[in-house]
Amino acid sequence: MRLVSDAIPGEAGSTSSGRARPEDVTVAARDAAQELNEALRCCARGDQSAFARLYDACSSRAYGLAVRVVRDPAQAEEVTQEAFLEVWRTSARFDPERGSALSWVMTIVHRKAVDRVRSAEAATRRDVAYQHKNQPVPHDVTAEAAHASLEARRVRGALSSLTQVQREAIELAYFGGYTHTEVASMLQLPVGTAKTRIRDGLIRLRDALGVGR
Amino acid sequence: MNDVHALSGAYAVDALDDVERARFERHLAECGDCRGEVDSLREAGALLAATAEEVTPPGALRERLLAEVGTVRPLPPVVASAPRATLPTPSVAAHRPPRVRTFVAAAAAAVITLGAATTLAITRPWDDAPAPSLVASPTDRVLAATDAERYVQKFEDGSKAVVVRSKDLNQAVIITSGMSEAPDGSVYELWLDHDGEMVAAGFMPDGPDNEVLLSGDAATATGLGISVEPEGGSPEPTLEGAVIIPFENA
Repeated sequence: MRLVSDAIPGEAGSTSSGRARPEDVTVAARDAAQELNEALRCCARGDQSAFARLYDACSSRAYGLAVRVVRDPAQAEEVTQEAFLEVWRTSARFDPERGSALSWVMTIVHRKAVDRVRSAEAATRRDVAYQHKNQPVPHDVTAEAAHASLEARRVRGALSSLTQVQREAIELAYFGGYTHTEVASMLQLPVGTAKTRIRDGLIRLRDALGVGR
Repeated sequence: MNDVHALSGAYAVDALDDVERARFERHLAECGDCRGEVDSLREAGALLAATAEEVTPPGALRERLLAEVGTVRPLPPVVASAPRATLPTPSVAAHRPPRVRTFVAAAAAAVITLGAATTLAITRPWDDAPAPSLVASPTDRVLAATDAERYVQKFEDGSKAVVVRSKDLNQAVIITSGMSEAPDGSVYELWLDHDGEMVAAGFMPDGPDNEVLLSGDAATATGLGISVEPEGGSPEPTLEGAVIIPFENA
């Protein structure tokens, strides 16, 4: 996996009107979050243009996660399609009191991706696809990616504050799509302890990132 | 079972298997602390996605989705104490395009009813009613059986049924999550399919999330059926709107 942020740090948040200050980035992020909330509300009322806005704002992150979990680009595309349809269908169930719109969308994408890798049929296909994996996936690096890289760096920083076992357990579960029982076996942990490591690690991550409660 | 709270993290990052997930969701329905914790851990978990490289999906995906949402109606919001009369009924399926999945989903988008008396009847307390704290319940034994087979049926409204069968124990358990209520005056009846002969196997209790031990011979059954019946049940399942979850190599 490549860091998008190997651009010069000072350029990360820059726009055509000059270099963005950290507080501008924060405000921009907050506005973006508001827009996503609004877009979801409009989706619930059947507004297809709101869905297009939501898709444009989240699709590269969603597809990136799907590719990371299922690996095969064609299957990742199917997963992304299923996930966005579910977002549309269940948009009225989104509750901004319980979390951000982006994490709600990503939770749905993740769940679909994990369901996909857990199905036995897909597992064989994934292994085959993995042989071809090093073909580059088409992507473009935009200003949006540069902004996202700031967040990626923050998350990486927070991850580095976890114990190695916590980090490995979380990454195997989240990106590998493995169950906590499988994670325990892969990390040679006593049965039942991986779930504790995952929970402790997420709590630490949450607190380091200042999200949720 | 005491450390069920400890599953919150694994649940938040989808690291539970189907049975654990269904059970934890049942627990979530009753535990506000866990709901709050899961929300916050999901928020943290979703940020992990920021460390995956963003990849622009093929343009055709956008076109397909925009075309497809035009044909899909968003679900209504969950309204506390929604009047029963407005809940989906199997007949709704008749107005939809004749797609099998839609039909099945609409049928199952309704689901459940029946009181404590029936629940007692299906758990068959006379078979073994020792203190639950000392001996695993029949349901737990099925779920923990070494030969347990799992069948997952998902529905378009996001609800799900997981069936666990143990041939050794000759029993099966159905675990539902997120099922909407049966239409007014009707119940969800469970059946065991024996090569096309449907044998009544109990009822689903009220509520979206349930765990029911089926009565009858599960080992020789070829599938499990769920149908919508008038209160009290029927001698034979009403086929319209019925859902069959087939078992493998029965």
